[in-house]
Amino acid sequence: MNYTDPIQVARDAGKHTHHFHGGLRLRHNKRISCGIPVERPALPEILAVPLLQHLGGDVAEPLVKAGDRVLKGQQIGRCEPCPVVHAPTSGTVEAVEDRLMTHITGMTGPCVVIRPDGKEQWVELEPISDVQNASPDTLINQLQECGLVGLGGAVFPTHIKALDGREKRIHTLILNGAECEPYISCDEMLMREQPDKIVLGARILRRALGAERVVIAIEDQMGAVREALTYAADCAECKSVKVVKVTKIYPEGGERQLIQVLTGLEVPFGGRPTDLGLLVQNVATAAAFAEAVTEGKPLIERYVTVTGNGISQPRNLLALIGTPFSHLVKACGGYTEDVARLVVGGPLMGYPVSSDATPMVKAANCILALTQRDIAAPQAEMPCIRCGECSRACPATLLPQQLHLQIKHGLWDEATEYGLTACIECGCCDIVCPSHIPLVDWFRYGKGELRQRAAEAQASDLARKRFEAREARLLRTKQERAEDMALRKQMLKDKATREGRAKKTNGDPADA
Amino acid sequence: MRSFQTSGAPHMPPQITVAKVMLLVLLALLPGVLAYAWFFGPGILIQILLATGFALLFEALSLRMRGRSLKPFINDYSAVVTAVLFALSIPPLAPWWISLIAMLFAIGFAKHLYGGLGLNVFNPAMVGYAVVLISFPQVMTAWLPPLALAENSLGLYDSLLVIFTGQVPLAGGWDAITQATPLDTLKTGVESGRMVSEIRQSPLFGDFGGKGWEWIANWFALGGLFLLYKRVISWQVPVAVIGSVILLSLPFWLADPDGNPLPMQHVFSGALVLAAFFIATDPVSGCVSNKGRLIFGAGVGIITLLIRRWGGYPDGVAFAVLLMNMAAPLIDRYTRPRMYGERVK
Amino acid sequence: MLTGIATLTVLALAFGLGLGWAGIRLRVRADPVAERIDALLPQTQCGQCDFSGCRPYAEAIAKTEADINQCPPGGAAGIRALADLLGCQAKPLNPDNGEEKPKTLVVIDEQHCIGCTLCIQACPVDAIVGASKLMHTVIESECTGCNLCLPPCPVDCIDVLEIATGISQWRSPRPLALAAAQ
Repeated sequence: MNYTDPIQVARDAGKHTHHFHGGLRLRHNKRISCGIPVERPALPEILAVPLLQHLGGDVAEPLVKAGDRVLKGQQIGRCEPCPVVHAPTSGTVEAVEDRLMTHITGMTGPCVVIRPDGKEQWVELEPISDVQNASPDTLINQLQECGLVGLGGAVFPTHIKALDGREKRIHTLILNGAECEPYISCDEMLMREQPDKIVLGARILRRALGAERVVIAIEDQMGAVREALTYAADCAECKSVKVVKVTKIYPEGGERQLIQVLTGLEVPFGGRPTDLGLLVQNVATAAAFAEAVTEGKPLIERYVTVTGNGISQPRNLLALIGTPFSHLVKACGGYTEDVARLVVGGPLMGYPVSSDATPMVKAANCILALTQRDIAAPQAEMPCIRCGECSRACPATLLPQQLHLQIKHGLWDEATEYGLTACIECGCCDIVCPSHIPLVDWFRYGKGELRQRAAEAQASDLARKRFEAREARLLRTKQERAEDMALRKQMLKDKATREGRAKKTNGDPADA
Repeated sequence: MRSFQTSGAPHMPPQITVAKVMLLVLLALLPGVLAYAWFFGPGILIQILLATGFALLFEALSLRMRGRSLKPFINDYSAVVTAVLFALSIPPLAPWWISLIAMLFAIGFAKHLYGGLGLNVFNPAMVGYAVVLISFPQVMTAWLPPLALAENSLGLYDSLLVIFTGQVPLAGGWDAITQATPLDTLKTGVESGRMVSEIRQSPLFGDFGGKGWEWIANWFALGGLFLLYKRVISWQVPVAVIGSVILLSLPFWLADPDGNPLPMQHVFSGALVLAAFFIATDPVSGCVSNKGRLIFGAGVGIITLLIRRWGGYPDGVAFAVLLMNMAAPLIDRYTRPRMYGERVK
Repeated sequence: MLTGIATLTVLALAFGLGLGWAGIRLRVRADPVAERIDALLPQTQCGQCDFSGCRPYAEAIAKTEADINQCPPGGAAGIRALADLLGCQAKPLNPDNGEEKPKTLVVIDEQHCIGCTLCIQACPVDAIVGASKLMHTVIESECTGCNLCLPPCPVDCIDVLEIATGISQWRSPRPLALAAAQ
């Protein structure tokens, strides 16, 4: 057999492009928000900065309290090992309290509420002075200090990913500019307007990771972007940076799908891209890293697309973290009359929110306002007719119709065997289903249930072990005590006999 | 501040519905049906209407008895597809009660007793067909010759008369209007020791299959290609059905061209093309994975050929489909596609 | 006649050998029943089933000395799982054993704890640490919510807590049943 090492193959990432299974060609609806250059909206009256803005780990501990004055860029929350949270502007802390979060249920979470003073007074920033000679550890530490997370929407802490990448000795850094969901155009605008920053960030990140090369993946419909990036990457020090166009097909911006497109390889089941020597970061993360290193500027604002048929003038904004969505919508001319749903993210994977008082977070790449016409189902849900369209569309090559039945009937072992955990919730199956079964809702429920079951199994195993250990210990103590008693009794008896005998011997003469 | 309704992603409704899928199937059947009426008279159209009426009646009755709402399920056209496929399998002048009995079994038993749309193990149309074929073999083998060959052909009124009263308006009764099908002629001919080339001299035969029949098959195939183009069916099933029939009959024909028909004749005879594109592709009772669909289709082709060659019936497509329906869950169990990132064992 | 007998004998021998071989080669080494029952029990060790813990209850079920509906923490789902395993009919929870409640945790109010060690002795999973005359505390991750430590406490300084339901604990709900099928 002709065996080639996958890591060797992965070294050729971007040389040729490949296909992934399934996926959909969707109307991209991106142009409507790309017309106007990106601007900062006016300062809002109040900002609520959530203390949990990254995936996994704990909520950051607040470093300020109500009444404190904060400066722009000042640290207001941190915990180990999570990314630091910063004040987006200068002003007074009004409260540290629970506010609305970006969540389907409208749940609340801890936020630092700041009333801006309008002075935009910066804290003293700490850039890395000698970037060329800075050690990788210093650079990676800067990622955490400046609060960097994956800006593609997953918000995984960048420094943790980077440490994992260094440990696994990755060879290629992939910058993901394949913004595949319809409507979203913030990465495209960033690549058009700040290509230098992206390329600079990519070069520093490459060095911090110890990678050999950088591949920036963009979609084939982004004509201006390619020119901008290629121009920015045309320098003596940029030899390691390569821009690659990939065909637009949803969800190729998914980490695993992008890797398959660029290398033809699949990330092993249950593994991570670093197993192939690859690390994927969003282009916006690279740009934020460039700012963090050269200016010391923390992640307090990001490009966000405010778009959809429910918005009067769709466009991209550079929005401060903590700005209420309503303020951003106002900056785009407000809602149209028939707005029906507000979504953070794209139409396929975005989180719906129950109120536009929800604050801007690092994860929010798009605020999408949809009308009833955009979301109305043409038919009620029907039973599955096993047409197989869902498995044809599934980029993870799963069998959604089987998974749906397994989850419905609580066959959790089978659902695990059929790869429920490998579902990336891209929504392709849901959209092609002629029976309109809410497949992704089922998979989200099923995955939560599996996690819960695993946690319960672990807890009950622990309890069983501890119970058995305790029983054994009690038994042992009982036995030991019994032995002890027996021994003592024996000793007493021995003593008694000895004494008796002694008495006897002693008494003998008397008797005699 | 403004409040919004929330609902899980994706926030984009599907563009296709079950009803649309079924309508596309019906549309694809149209050229074949028209060709059928062209070659064999208007009987088929009456049968389609009859079967559709009974199918909808039993669908409504079953839904009512199961306490389900009628509207979404009547409007999904699945019962109509069952009825049309059944009507295409029976002789065009079969009496009206054939449809009644067959649809009772197809819709009432094969579909709703198993849980209704999406849950039936067997293809309902084929269950209905098998029931009447076994119960009323004489009626079910009274086929018409193509109009071009018929000495006496029946018009619309006469066809209605035959179907509803059983009275044949012509002298000579049934014998005057019915004739054995090409497949039947071939089978009895070969069994009585005549050579295939000799049998094929009969005017019943065309270039490949039976006269008229082969053209209907072509029109069905065209409809099938339309469904392939529309991605309603996948290529695996038709290719496997037709491919297995050709591959398996080829060695027989090469070894003994006098005792065995040309492979192409097998393809263009009977209900094979219809089955390959419209019946074996029924997703509910078929296989899900691509590999599974290949195996399923090949099974249908092979069993059909076995029944035609050695079985008691001239055509065996219905039984082949039903037998493979039984095997489908097992095939699915063993042909699960490799997941993304999963290692090949 | 003779051929018949001979054929049948040969067949019987062949099948007998085949079965014997299969019996040895393909033996399924099944867990003892009690072990498998124990695996389905929630391991709360609360004793509401009238046994001293989950394992003793499992052994009693295996010996058919106890019914399957005596475990309130396992609830209806647990009874169903046991019924599936044992091939018998599921039945409602026996109200004498208690009722199904969401899982809870206990915490010791450290201001009021007098360090009597009674709760430490009562805890079936050793989830309370402390020493005589010194403050005790509950290891949260190890508490099964059995509440066995409540009765012995002489100063009532142990509180029952609902398990937190914040955003990180939130799970996607089960989608509603098919609308059209109603």
